[in-house]
Amino acid sequence: MTTTDTRPAGVTGDQAGPRSAARPGRPGSRLARARAGLHTLVFLAPMLVVFGVFSWLPIGRAIVMSFQRTNLVADPVFVGFANFQQVFADPLLWTAIQNTGYFALLALVFGYPIPLVAAILMSEVRKMRGLFSALAYLPVVVPPVVAVLLWRLFYDAGEDGVFNTILGWFGIAPVAWLQDADIVMPSLVLEATWAAAGGTVIIYLAALVGVDPSLYEAAEIDGAGVWRKLWHITLPQLRGVLLITFILQIIGTAQVFLEPFLFTDGGPANRTLTLLLLIYRYAFTNSLGGDYGAAAALSLMLALVLTAFSMLYFRLTRTWSS
Amino acid sequence: MATVKSTTDRGLLAPTDRKRPSVRWSTRLSHGLLLAILAIAGLGPMLWLAKAAVTPTQDTLRHPMSLWPNGIDLANLAEAWTRVEIDKYFFNTIALAAGSWAVQLLVAATGGYALAVLRPRLGRYISGAVLATLFVPSVVLLVPLYLTILDPPVVGTSMLNTFWAVWLPAGANAFNVLLMQRFFANLPREIFEAARVDGAGPYRLFWSIVLPMSRPVIGVVSVFAVIASWKDFLWPMLVLPDPALQPLSVRLPALQQFVELDVFLAALAISSLIPIALFLVFQRLFLSSAGLGGAVKG
Repeated sequence: MTTTDTRPAGVTGDQAGPRSAARPGRPGSRLARARAGLHTLVFLAPMLVVFGVFSWLPIGRAIVMSFQRTNLVADPVFVGFANFQQVFADPLLWTAIQNTGYFALLALVFGYPIPLVAAILMSEVRKMRGLFSALAYLPVVVPPVVAVLLWRLFYDAGEDGVFNTILGWFGIAPVAWLQDADIVMPSLVLEATWAAAGGTVIIYLAALVGVDPSLYEAAEIDGAGVWRKLWHITLPQLRGVLLITFILQIIGTAQVFLEPFLFTDGGPANRTLTLLLLIYRYAFTNSLGGDYGAAAALSLMLALVLTAFSMLYFRLTRTWSS
Repeated sequence: MATVKSTTDRGLLAPTDRKRPSVRWSTRLSHGLLLAILAIAGLGPMLWLAKAAVTPTQDTLRHPMSLWPNGIDLANLAEAWTRVEIDKYFFNTIALAAGSWAVQLLVAATGGYALAVLRPRLGRYISGAVLATLFVPSVVLLVPLYLTILDPPVVGTSMLNTFWAVWLPAGANAFNVLLMQRFFANLPREIFEAARVDGAGPYRLFWSIVLPMSRPVIGVVSVFAVIASWKDFLWPMLVLPDPALQPLSVRLPALQQFVELDVFLAALAISSLIPIALFLVFQRLFLSSAGLGGAVKG
């Protein structure tokens, strides 16, 4: 560095381009640029270090690990596709794929139309809209673990359980919400929908407010009624946001962990064993020590599928937000 | 936000629609019904929890839906706080949230400032590398990040059972960086130039001009950070196996096995208190941030 500042400022200043030329009083010398670069690096450092150590490196490591046999004792050994073969040979993999798919499907059936209907109704509320929004959003701010533990009590199978008491008022026999193999998954999805729907409602509401009123006015001049306006203007105007929430929901439900882990721990008879629960078991509850390779392999495969979804999401938000 | 835009305050229904009795009654009916459903679904479970938290166990078990319990047992709350040591887990939760918030804000504000205002030559590539992590589902990180915590580079000793294991990974949040970067990029550049002419260096510019102008985006990132930290379960469970360090979310499921039901419910109620209180106080900020999640993200 000491050799560079003896050079005439003009030589390097020309190369620094119009930005430095526009700033008189600041010589565009190499030293000044080096110092500016140093300042910039100071500001970049926290991001580079944190992302480097806790994001970029682990992502790279995930790919490498899925081709390795790793336990924390011995040095990792490359084993080719053995981890993937092992995962595919596990009969529980297909159970987990089916369960995760079923969870995602049910979550769409429960959780997709309800927030939309609620948001459209709420957008026409003139007084106390804040109260509607606050009530809808309240479950979202309840800590998820509290929600699940609370709902586990609600789902008590006895006839004195909270939900079964309510069913009893209508003369309906008690339901074994979490023990019945056919009902357990809908029960989990019901709670998950309760916990998440409010966020979707707020997203739709924001989009509904953004619909240009002149579109409605133009339709009214053409004689369109409420339903036709809803079908031909409101819904087409929301298509971007609808697709975004759809993709976000798929990405979220494919990685569902909390509900199956805390409600049932994958039971009864593996009926709620999801992919993430399987990954967790491979890595962390293996009595023989963590099977990190298999866990990484399965994570990687799931991630590749989901990354395709999030790429799509990114493209769409770019198109629609501009 | 967008509410300012519409000069004629109307939506799907035209003012003339609203005058028609059939439309008026059906909207009233549907709104009444919606309000009732929202009150039952949104408020109901929390009111039940509030009641159950001060009700003796036997009442809750035998008559879970009775409006007025036979006895009020306020001691549940005190017992949960002291004997079950909810206070300890409560403060762990707050410490984890505060640290995650600080790290996220530091990383996002300095990084966003460097990328949007200082604009280093490789900025585009760094920005791209940060953005790329948005595409990577969190499941990929679970195992390799855990191994990184066990054996971090440079530090040399395991970060297991330290709060750093939660704080630092929380900072690697591309969405925050993106929000900050976009906000800073939209600030008027003339102000920066004027400040530079007046002799302000990059640090003065950051601390005295950019940050004070960025309250809205700092608020949004703060809400996201605190709520996400309060909600987090799997990650703190993995990296904080020592119960003395665990936050409420991790400790509560384990507590259920050796605490009476009424005290357990009191513990659940205490755990929900802060997020709900924050929500009630900063309602507008929460709701506008939530709307942002779908509209501007990416």
